[in-house]
Amino acid sequence: MTDSALQTKAPAPTATDDSEGMSYLESLPRRLITLYLPLFIILVVLLFPFYWMVLTSIKPDEQLIDMEKFNPFWVVHPTFKHISKLLFETQYPRWLWNTMYVAVGATFLSIAASVLAAYAITRLRFKGADTVGILIFFAYLVPPSILFIPLASVIQAYGLFDSPLSLILVYPTLLIPFSTWLLMGYFKTIPYELEECALIDGASRWQILVKIIVPLAIPGLISAFIFSFTLCWNEFIYALTFLQSTPNKTVPVAIVNEFVDGDIYKWGSLMAGALVGSLPLVILYAFFVEHYVSAMTGAVKE
Amino acid sequence: MSTVQTSMPVQAAAAGEPSLWSRLRANRNWAALWFMLPAAAFLILFLAYPLGLGIWMSFTDERIGREGVFIGLENYQWLWDDAIFWLSVFNTILYTLIASVIKFAIGLYLALLLNRHMPFKAMIRSIVLIPFIVPTVLSAIAFWWIYDAQFSIISWSLIRLGLIEHNINFLGDSNWARGSVIFANVWRGVPFVAITLLAGLQTVSPSLYEAATLDGATNWQRFRYITYPLLTPIIAVVMTFSVLFTFTDFQLIWALTRGGPVNATHLMATLSYQRGIISGRLGEGAAIATAMIPFLLAAIAISWFGMQRRKWQQGSNND
Repeated sequence: MTDSALQTKAPAPTATDDSEGMSYLESLPRRLITLYLPLFIILVVLLFPFYWMVLTSIKPDEQLIDMEKFNPFWVVHPTFKHISKLLFETQYPRWLWNTMYVAVGATFLSIAASVLAAYAITRLRFKGADTVGILIFFAYLVPPSILFIPLASVIQAYGLFDSPLSLILVYPTLLIPFSTWLLMGYFKTIPYELEECALIDGASRWQILVKIIVPLAIPGLISAFIFSFTLCWNEFIYALTFLQSTPNKTVPVAIVNEFVDGDIYKWGSLMAGALVGSLPLVILYAFFVEHYVSAMTGAVKE
Repeated sequence: MSTVQTSMPVQAAAAGEPSLWSRLRANRNWAALWFMLPAAAFLILFLAYPLGLGIWMSFTDERIGREGVFIGLENYQWLWDDAIFWLSVFNTILYTLIASVIKFAIGLYLALLLNRHMPFKAMIRSIVLIPFIVPTVLSAIAFWWIYDAQFSIISWSLIRLGLIEHNINFLGDSNWARGSVIFANVWRGVPFVAITLLAGLQTVSPSLYEAATLDGATNWQRFRYITYPLLTPIIAVVMTFSVLFTFTDFQLIWALTRGGPVNATHLMATLSYQRGIISGRLGEGAAIATAMIPFLLAAIAISWFGMQRRKWQQGSNND
């Protein structure tokens, strides 16, 4: 069983990746048409909204609405007015802080719960472990869109309405199923022998988990952490339903509700808000690309 | 290892009664209970219980700030005669169907492109995933600006190219609005499909292609008889997830159109939010949400089928 788990994980970036393969059979013009051109078009379409976001957030207002005199695809005298207005005249820093606080809190809670659950399911082999694994997979498939109404009344009953704490408690339902499945995959690749040695030396289950399993599964933990953090940052419907007062909102909810005032000049600050809200995730992603991809593909494969 | 753990206390019981505590300490089921407790607590309190509560609420006339009374199927009867509800069902199916098919086609094509040998391969692959990283609402806001009725860059470019006379009212006209939200959804979904399928493609051994080429197989034959069969299981899983998340989509629509114009882009999730939270008729909103469950079960059944097939392909000892 351990072997098969290793096999499904291992082949991703192996020899096939950098070898030339059969591509030498193709001529350059042919590659240009069948590979580079379509790839270029797709990349331009995928990246254009971000270019547009950045461009708009540094464009002075008069260039935004006068598309005849100024070429809209470029900016003549870039300004940081929108961004500084966003950071110093609105509650944007507060919303960023809320989002960060909720994301970090919910992620840590979920990872802790997932490590324990994944260890119990893969290693303790308790009665009904497989059933529990399948139930957790099903939990992954329950979308927030069908839960937000009853959850709103649950949150109301617990007196947590309009508090970021409610999101910290609710987001783990999105993150635990995913992280548990991901970590189960990593735990399965750790040899049983290590655990047996520790048991013979008199270690308790808890010591085995903390001193042997967790350190060996660090890459998996990083993947789970980054992916969970991104999911929290992205979550919208719960935040929209549970948070009412302006200072308590998270970035996505605040952007949609607070900036939309019908002002023709709103676009600069709106785009600046979207840009500043996206940057933390893009930076995090840039540092951990490999972990991110393995989290995404791992969750689907396992 | 495990046999030592369980059998010890049982044998020892005959010799001298070990204390309850030491028996429990050695019992794996007891230990597992404690290990499972935090995850189970979250999932039961905030997932399983609300799921049941939602179904119950759909049979009551609960409103915000007022307890509900059991009214049987009244909410559903009401919805059955509600043209807007049926419009939202139609929109949801249309949105899911079109967006999923396009996402799959472009995603697979992009995965095949990315799987080929080229300079800066790793960097291009990481760039492709960026739309998936950025929070949906924030990229939806960028699309809102791109689709603006007055200052849309698309309209401007098309007018300059001489293709159209007037600005296109992207989010104000029913069909344009549907097309626009589908495009935004596809834009965000393609990277996910492409990168997961790419991971599947990389497990296909290149020697298969070499052998097929030596036998004179064309490009299409190589794809049809090698790539596609080997990729089927991962396609099944990826597309189930894609369909599931498209079907229950809320945030993209809410940020772009809020269901308008004249309910043309209302999905079941957005209608449920509007009726349940904004109008305060929690019971009716819960009934709309509950009506989504049969569709989701169908999607899960397909996913299950895909996984069974994968087991069958790779041997039974697969986890």
